[in-house]
Amino acid sequence: MKRSVQSTILLLLFIVALLAAPVLLSEFYVTLLNYIGLYAIVALGLVMLTGVGGLTSFGQAAFAGLGAYTSAYLTTVHGVSPWLTLPAGLLVTAIVALSLGLVTLRLSGHFLPLGTIAWGISLYYLFGNLAALGGHTGISGVPPLYIFDLEIRSGREFFYLIWAILLALILATRNLLDSREGRAIRALKGGSVMAEAMGVNTPRSKIVVFAVAALYAAVSGWLYAHLQRFVNPTPFSLTQGIEYLFMAVVGGVSHVWGAILGAGLITVLKQWLQDWLPRLLGQSGNFEMIVFGLLMIIVLQRARDGVWPMLQRFFPQDVARARSDGVRRLEKRPLPESGSVLLEVTDASKCFGGLVANDRVSFRVRAGEIMALIGPNGAGKSTMFNGISGVDPLTSGRVSFRGERVESLPARRIARLGMSRTFQHVRLLPAMSVIENVAIGAHLRGRKSFIAAACRADRDEDARLLQEAALQIERCGLRDQMYEPAGNLPLGRQRLVEIARALAADPCLLLLDEPAAGLRYIEKQALAELLRRLRAEGIGILLVEHDMEFVMGLADRVVVMEFGRKLAAGLPEEIQRNPAVVEAYLGGVE
Amino acid sequence: MDLQIALLLGQDGVTNGAIYALLALALVLVFAVTRVIFIPQGEFVAFGALTLASLQAGRLPGTVWLLLAMGTAIALIEGSAAMRARRFRRLPLILLINCGAPLLLAASLLAVSPAELPLLVQVLLTLMLVVPLGPMLYRLAYQPVAEASVLALLIVSVAVHVTLTGVGLLFFGAEGSRTPAFTDVSFEVGDVVLQGQTILVIVASILLIVALYLFFERTLYGKALRATAMNRTGARLMGISGNLAGLLSFTLAGAIGAFSGVLISPITTIYYDSGFLIGLKGFVGAIIGGLASYPVAAGGAVLVGLLEAYSSFWASAFKEVIVFTLIIPVLLWRSLKTRHVEEA
Amino acid sequence: MSTPLTTEERSVVLEVSDLSVSYGKVEALHGLALRVHRGEIVTVIGPNGAGKTTLLSALIGLLPMRGEMSYLGERQSADRSVEQLVRQGMTLVPEKRELFAEMSVGDNLLLGAFDRYRAGHRDQLETIDHVFDIFPRLMERREQMAGTLSGGERQMLAMGRALMAKPRLLLLDEPSLGLAPLVIREIFRTISQLRKTGVAMLLVEQNARAALQVADYAYVLETGSVSLEGPSGTLASDPRVIESYLGFGGRQ
Repeated sequence: MKRSVQSTILLLLFIVALLAAPVLLSEFYVTLLNYIGLYAIVALGLVMLTGVGGLTSFGQAAFAGLGAYTSAYLTTVHGVSPWLTLPAGLLVTAIVALSLGLVTLRLSGHFLPLGTIAWGISLYYLFGNLAALGGHTGISGVPPLYIFDLEIRSGREFFYLIWAILLALILATRNLLDSREGRAIRALKGGSVMAEAMGVNTPRSKIVVFAVAALYAAVSGWLYAHLQRFVNPTPFSLTQGIEYLFMAVVGGVSHVWGAILGAGLITVLKQWLQDWLPRLLGQSGNFEMIVFGLLMIIVLQRARDGVWPMLQRFFPQDVARARSDGVRRLEKRPLPESGSVLLEVTDASKCFGGLVANDRVSFRVRAGEIMALIGPNGAGKSTMFNGISGVDPLTSGRVSFRGERVESLPARRIARLGMSRTFQHVRLLPAMSVIENVAIGAHLRGRKSFIAAACRADRDEDARLLQEAALQIERCGLRDQMYEPAGNLPLGRQRLVEIARALAADPCLLLLDEPAAGLRYIEKQALAELLRRLRAEGIGILLVEHDMEFVMGLADRVVVMEFGRKLAAGLPEEIQRNPAVVEAYLGGVE
Repeated sequence: MDLQIALLLGQDGVTNGAIYALLALALVLVFAVTRVIFIPQGEFVAFGALTLASLQAGRLPGTVWLLLAMGTAIALIEGSAAMRARRFRRLPLILLINCGAPLLLAASLLAVSPAELPLLVQVLLTLMLVVPLGPMLYRLAYQPVAEASVLALLIVSVAVHVTLTGVGLLFFGAEGSRTPAFTDVSFEVGDVVLQGQTILVIVASILLIVALYLFFERTLYGKALRATAMNRTGARLMGISGNLAGLLSFTLAGAIGAFSGVLISPITTIYYDSGFLIGLKGFVGAIIGGLASYPVAAGGAVLVGLLEAYSSFWASAFKEVIVFTLIIPVLLWRSLKTRHVEEA
Repeated sequence: MSTPLTTEERSVVLEVSDLSVSYGKVEALHGLALRVHRGEIVTVIGPNGAGKTTLLSALIGLLPMRGEMSYLGERQSADRSVEQLVRQGMTLVPEKRELFAEMSVGDNLLLGAFDRYRAGHRDQLETIDHVFDIFPRLMERREQMAGTLSGGERQMLAMGRALMAKPRLLLLDEPSLGLAPLVIREIFRTISQLRKTGVAMLLVEQNARAALQVADYAYVLETGSVSLEGPSGTLASDPRVIESYLGFGGRQ
């Protein structure tokens, strides 16, 4: 509580300073602050896109251009009210961003920025060559804004409007990031495999975050058009798009406040350099770009997180916490009857080039049983897991889960049916707290979306999700580390976090890839106890594990794999006596 | 448009396309080996063209100062590292390579009057001035962040591009230059006039592509670069360090860029910032090849050249719009073709 | 560096003490000590997740480590690079093989000699014949792309490629991984034969019995530190090893 009081006080102080600024400062500084505000709105979108989502764009200036030109054209040519041109501009921007996103986001991450470079250039030339948009001279006579009868015309009046919008967007962005969908966006940075396996529709998350960033830029462009009351192509060129990215990176690309800081630093620096450099070099030109470029290279080499983290330690940090009071528990999925077949794998094969990793393997897992998949390293067990869970589909064969054929479904669809998994190579977001990591597992159990999250209409549901995460964390014996960054835990405990995350999905089939590796004896016993309890509840568990003592004491049935094939199957005692298995495991030289 | 105009435009398109193809190959190479999306490739074209133009005009090319500045920066970085490691014996070599060689080059340029030298020598001097900027750039900008994500490297690339454009303005000024044609010969085939210049560019491009092919297929260093592109860890374990591969591929990229600049300098007027758009057209080609396939990238680049030539006839104001919008259907096509699977 | 060494010290190829490796804040190996002599096969066995691959990656310089390491009698600094160690004849055959999939077997082998080529040696054609003597199968597959090989052939190629560097210390990471028993037998026979060429080998294996059969000396690694060590023969009959690493075979 104390921390959030502190941050509220800081926020209020900031607002008071903003309110006072136009009164105290000269016209020149008010104009400068107006531009900083406008730029920061665009940079804020880039923070979401680049720092949080792990994508990037050089074309934000072009999106600002769409917002500005839409409004300038509609107000001057058709006399439409600016308050109607804002939604129109947003609509145009959203359509362009969504189509650009749909085209590039299925490709590797670098195609989006490349696409935005190309699109930034073509839009710039389009603005400059369309006669209807005034060509390179642009459109003048854009009307000022009115709020009821109040005309917003002067820089000081605009100041309040710009900064009010900026603050509102910052708060909305923070709210969004601290929500179910926000955690899904943050999960994108860790690669899409884990997020997809937790049911996150990663292409959708990427497109949404890209569109949101574009819309922020469009808002900034709309404000710009009515502040300047004139638009031409120059401020919407690729160069400006690059400058926006510089602001975000220099300020601190993973922090919402970094957007304001970066916009401020770059704008002030530019002002200063534009005064000094031409005098210093004895010729005129955009020489500040040399300094910006070098500054950027140095920031990326020496302090990739930008300037904000250096200031951040003076500010209190909020961590999402679970509420214990009066939160209704999430509904649980009805489990299939114990003993019924949950998963049936038939003739599953997987080839990588000339290498056959799985060769016509068949087995079943029933509700309420623990089935172990064992075999020497490289026998193809993890490949089988990836095939079943849809992470890396099989080459041939059938997988049916709760009576439904799933071998060609994407991982997130399979997850929705109630299959949840852990990874052999732990896939957590190391900088995020344990509870937030686990809450990603509960993604499919919430339904509130982006807009609800941005205006905090999702608090009730989010509290239930966090409470669920907290319960699963306690169940896995990690209560004391709930609010620590997941990356600080020893590897064995990180595996337990993965189990908690899988459990938060309320699965009826749990796929555990080497859950006991790296655990101490006591921890292994606790884990075995937890798995027995889950079994008693009626959950089916498919387990890959190397610790024979662990497996043999726990599993109901065992399937042994060896170089891609099923070697044997049966009760643990039968397996231990099977000569072929003993040979496979010990495979001596002579 | 009659056949003659169509053929004329086709000639223009293929000529530019051949240069875009060279750039596309360099971009694919650099990306495959170092994961760097080499946005500043185009600056090498501009620097190559402007350096040749300066030499022919009898001026000392600004690239000399850039070479000296970057050499000094490297000498400072490497020198202080050597001092910290107490390896004082390495200092003279560091100084000689990074400061001595550029100084020597500058001195010899001052000693002779470059304008009177034969064209071939001028071209050689241009290459000597511009190509080393490639590995130097790798050393200064990319090597310290070689392990960063593709995205971070891309942002570095954009920063380097911005810096070099500013530097280009500083050293070459805002005026453009165009060098005289290498040859005035022309051939008449039926109704069509084939420019000797066109043939020269195409032949030179093909020769360079063949030379690159031989380098990658026949030499162990070429194979080492391909190996790095296929499997970085595997290559490191063979003693092919990321830095060696990076320096080598950036040298090739620098050479291809500078050479393209020499080829393009008599065809169009080149300004300090012209390189960017030229390089990006190579990029559109490289993206057609998915940043992975050399032949498709080269073919795509020729296609870009043709598209540009014909659209400059039909809708010259929208030339750039058309060329760069081409990337959208291309990306859509690639997106429908690939099923992107991350390493599990 | 030029202090005279005793005969025993001279024959030590690799010696590490107090070696620790961390991933971020998590320590994966702590306080490890081990030694490999010339012409000796030393094995490190242990369960999955004990840190065996981490150990080899740290030794070859792919991962940063803390502690003392001396190789061929020379102290290695903390910032030693993979390339320096390769130049001095240390070669790793990695667990994932890390072949150049879209290149021929012959080119893969040639690249194994890249560093020797760079250092001015031009004897790769002789070396390649020698490798073909050891692995005749590679000779047959010479023109084939590495990506199309079977699992056993991939392992042979990975080892053959490493031998092209004429190593003095060969680090082998789970050579039996994913291979059929017959192929494993062949690979281990080769390992055993290689000893005669004088190369020292550090063999990391999960297949404890096979490893103990070829090795001279063994270390047992458990959750990041050495829990047992001794001559292989002794360890192979040690009840603790039989219980935990030879698995249920011990009950026979």
